[in-house]
Amino acid sequence: MNGGADMGGMMGFGPVRHEGEHEPKFHAEWEKRVLALTLAVGATGQWNIDMSRSARESLPPPQYYAKTYYEIWLAGIEKLMIERGMLSADEIEAGRVLAPPKQLPRILKAENVPAVLAKGGPTERASDKPARFKAGDRVRAKNMHPTGHTRLPRYVRGHVGTVELLHGVHVFPDSNAKGQGEQPQWLYTVRFEGRELWGPDTDPTLSVSVDAWDSYLDPV
Amino acid sequence: MTHDHDHDHHHHDHDHDHGTVLSDVELRVRALESILVEKGYVDPAALDVLIETYETKVGPHNGAHVVAKAWSDPAYRDWLLKDATAAIESLGYIGRQGEHMVAVENTPTTHNMVVCTLCSCYPWPVLGLPPVWYKSAPYRSRAVMDPRGVLQDFGVTLPADKKIKVWDSTAEVRYLVLPERPKGTEGWSEEKLATLVTRDSMIGTGLARLPS
Repeated sequence: MNGGADMGGMMGFGPVRHEGEHEPKFHAEWEKRVLALTLAVGATGQWNIDMSRSARESLPPPQYYAKTYYEIWLAGIEKLMIERGMLSADEIEAGRVLAPPKQLPRILKAENVPAVLAKGGPTERASDKPARFKAGDRVRAKNMHPTGHTRLPRYVRGHVGTVELLHGVHVFPDSNAKGQGEQPQWLYTVRFEGRELWGPDTDPTLSVSVDAWDSYLDPV
Repeated sequence: MTHDHDHDHHHHDHDHDHGTVLSDVELRVRALESILVEKGYVDPAALDVLIETYETKVGPHNGAHVVAKAWSDPAYRDWLLKDATAAIESLGYIGRQGEHMVAVENTPTTHNMVVCTLCSCYPWPVLGLPPVWYKSAPYRSRAVMDPRGVLQDFGVTLPADKKIKVWDSTAEVRYLVLPERPKGTEGWSEEKLATLVTRDSMIGTGLARLPS
């Protein structure tokens, strides 16, 4: 969706404020808890990673921009858990349990954490589907504006680039985020010249590469 | 992205111990955690293991090991550039947010820089959790349009004719920059080389340290 999260090429946010190489990993105790809660409730299998990203990026833009990153994560898990009947908005506001729990098929136990983290969530899928494009092919990113989750940033839509890398066949986030299945597709890295994206005044040394699924692209 | 908290409920005249003052978001998170534990959705011990993992075990020292090995061992460098997932896994760095890795090499003519404009995609097994600036609007908005301006915010100026390749990680592929090996480090051990590898040099917002 054309939401607040799709920021490439926006202006006015000011300089990057960095805190040096030894920035603390967390800036408050609650941030640690939000990280851990997000990973732990995610591991119950009630949603997939694309649904999780969709929940965060569909926050109304004024809220998205006003929140810190871990506040966005907090809003994301609250929304997902409410949608799945794991808890109610009233319980969050009251700060205590008001209704019996939903029965979940699995819970992340402490002893399983290392194995679950090591396994991760690979998205590549075995497939004998041939790739439509090869490295060096010219392609155009579709001019599309889906209302749901997508990984095609606005700033490349309609622009022509060159296929640079082939990554195999991967879960398609646009369908996976809607619960419509993995529908795996070929995934490519497509390189766009800076001037193609931003116009003739752009630094001629710049190129920007994005990872794009097959159905985002048309041959040129 | 900053956030102003409303502290008016904290002004109890008998309580001047600011160590015990909780912000709205802290209270909300504490309450949520207790609800989730009581409902049996999360194991409190699992939360502690998760936090400990990302506070102490995973971090840019892992990536520095990968880079120093690539600098010292040409065969490893070639493997890393050809199949980063396998080359990195061979050193024991695997898993969540690093399932599919690509390493991109800085050279005298090309500088690589990694961003995630849509959210915060970052190679956790080799770099740990992303710094706040990496997830912030100023970086995400500008890195793809004005990377030289962003580099100036980090105090880095590159030659005007050096190519800049920005990698916007929009999929589950995670990118690691292999920085240029500083001159004057001939004959250095892998361990010593690793001390020159900064987190920012592996994102592309910095360069490796020079030998002092």
